[in-house]
Amino acid sequence: MESKPRMLVILDVITSLLFLTAVGMVFFYAPLEAVMGQVQRVFYFHVANAWVGMLGFMVAAISGIAYLRKGDRKWDIVGLSAIEISFVFFFTAIVSGSIWARGSWGTWWTWDPRLTTAAICELVYAAYFLLRQGIEDPDRRARFGAVYAILSFISVPLTFISIRIFRTIHPVIIGAGGSGAEGSFDMSPRMLHTFIFSLITFSIIFADLLWHRIRLGKLAEEAENLRLKTLQ
Amino acid sequence: MEPISQAEKQLTRKSSAPGFGQFIRAVSAIIWKDLAAELRSRELLSAMLVFALLVILIFNFALELDASTRAAVTAGVLWVTFAFAGTLGLNRSMAMEKDRGCLDGLLLAPVDRSAIYFGKAVGNLIFMLIVEAIVLPVYSVLYSVNLFNPGLLLVILLGSIGYVAVGTLLSSMAVQTRTRDVLLPVLLFPLVIPILIAAVKGSTGFLQGVDSVDIRPWINLLLVYDVIFIAASFMVFDYIVEE
Repeated sequence: MESKPRMLVILDVITSLLFLTAVGMVFFYAPLEAVMGQVQRVFYFHVANAWVGMLGFMVAAISGIAYLRKGDRKWDIVGLSAIEISFVFFFTAIVSGSIWARGSWGTWWTWDPRLTTAAICELVYAAYFLLRQGIEDPDRRARFGAVYAILSFISVPLTFISIRIFRTIHPVIIGAGGSGAEGSFDMSPRMLHTFIFSLITFSIIFADLLWHRIRLGKLAEEAENLRLKTLQ
Repeated sequence: MEPISQAEKQLTRKSSAPGFGQFIRAVSAIIWKDLAAELRSRELLSAMLVFALLVILIFNFALELDASTRAAVTAGVLWVTFAFAGTLGLNRSMAMEKDRGCLDGLLLAPVDRSAIYFGKAVGNLIFMLIVEAIVLPVYSVLYSVNLFNPGLLLVILLGSIGYVAVGTLLSSMAVQTRTRDVLLPVLLFPLVIPILIAAVKGSTGFLQGVDSVDIRPWINLLLVYDVIFIAASFMVFDYIVEE
């Protein structure tokens, strides 16, 4: 069995350092927002978490296509790993958003397009795990998982559009915001630095975790093969 | 030049026309098989119908459908009913193929795999439309709401097409898993949410006589969803039934 690659060890160290710096920046570098106060600091990691969630779902859909085309089991492991990680990050995004909403909108939850889409997104990928659990044959599990990851990745944006046609109150910090948005604010340069830094940090955390999870997936497969060999 | 190009045209027509004709023949054979089986057993439609009527009855008590609430919730009640009855039909139609080994027979037939998908999907669509065609007048009579609005019927048709397109694909997936029937709604509902939202909003719009400019986005969304998901299902169905 191969030992942990040196590059991965280095990446682990870099990721931890970046994360500590990001936490420091959120609390000490970024200025206090005038209207919302301390609760606004959630924003940096909230968006970064949601971004990683989306990134993972995209990676899963792409590796789904790659698996169906090439039939290489490696892509199945990549897809599953990406969804597992994203599922957790997306959940964190929902929870942190909820905390922010309590401070800013005065409620834990509203049926706003982004919130609803996020909730449906979580449910879609919960269904993905249920689907995988119900199939014993590894080949079929990989194929069905790939198909479902692709379909979900098509459906979730449409869900977003469909709810978007209702009016939204979620603030749009990047790009043109709707006039009905509540709790919106303009970012000062220091806020922008912190925000971009968090995004980059979380992307690297995602890459690091994905690498670990893919390694785990390969080891699990190896163990499974060895078990089958001894049984024969 | 002229005769050669004409000959070429004839050649291409000859090579493509039988392929397409054969495809249509295969699709209609599968539809016909489903309809004939249903005509003899009547187990699928009767179950779907009784279930749909029961759901409407339950809604009557749950929401206390008096005249004022009715106007606002009719579309929602109808679509929840169709969606639930639809899963019942989708599950049964695929389980029937799997249980008696019919699916293996279908896969052995020398036709394109996508013909099987389209055959099953159109069959499911016909069953769903029959159920809707019975539920709508019954609902109209019971609650004295006029549901015979061409716009509403269009929304129902488009919504059913999208629902069945995804549903047929996912039911052929669900039927091959350990949990089977339980899994289909869990897989299907999160993916058809755009359809359900657009259909409910579109139906409400037509029922309340909203300006057609406000309804158009929902119709467009339904069309886009239908086209995208029929195309996607067509592309991935091969991988689902592969053995």
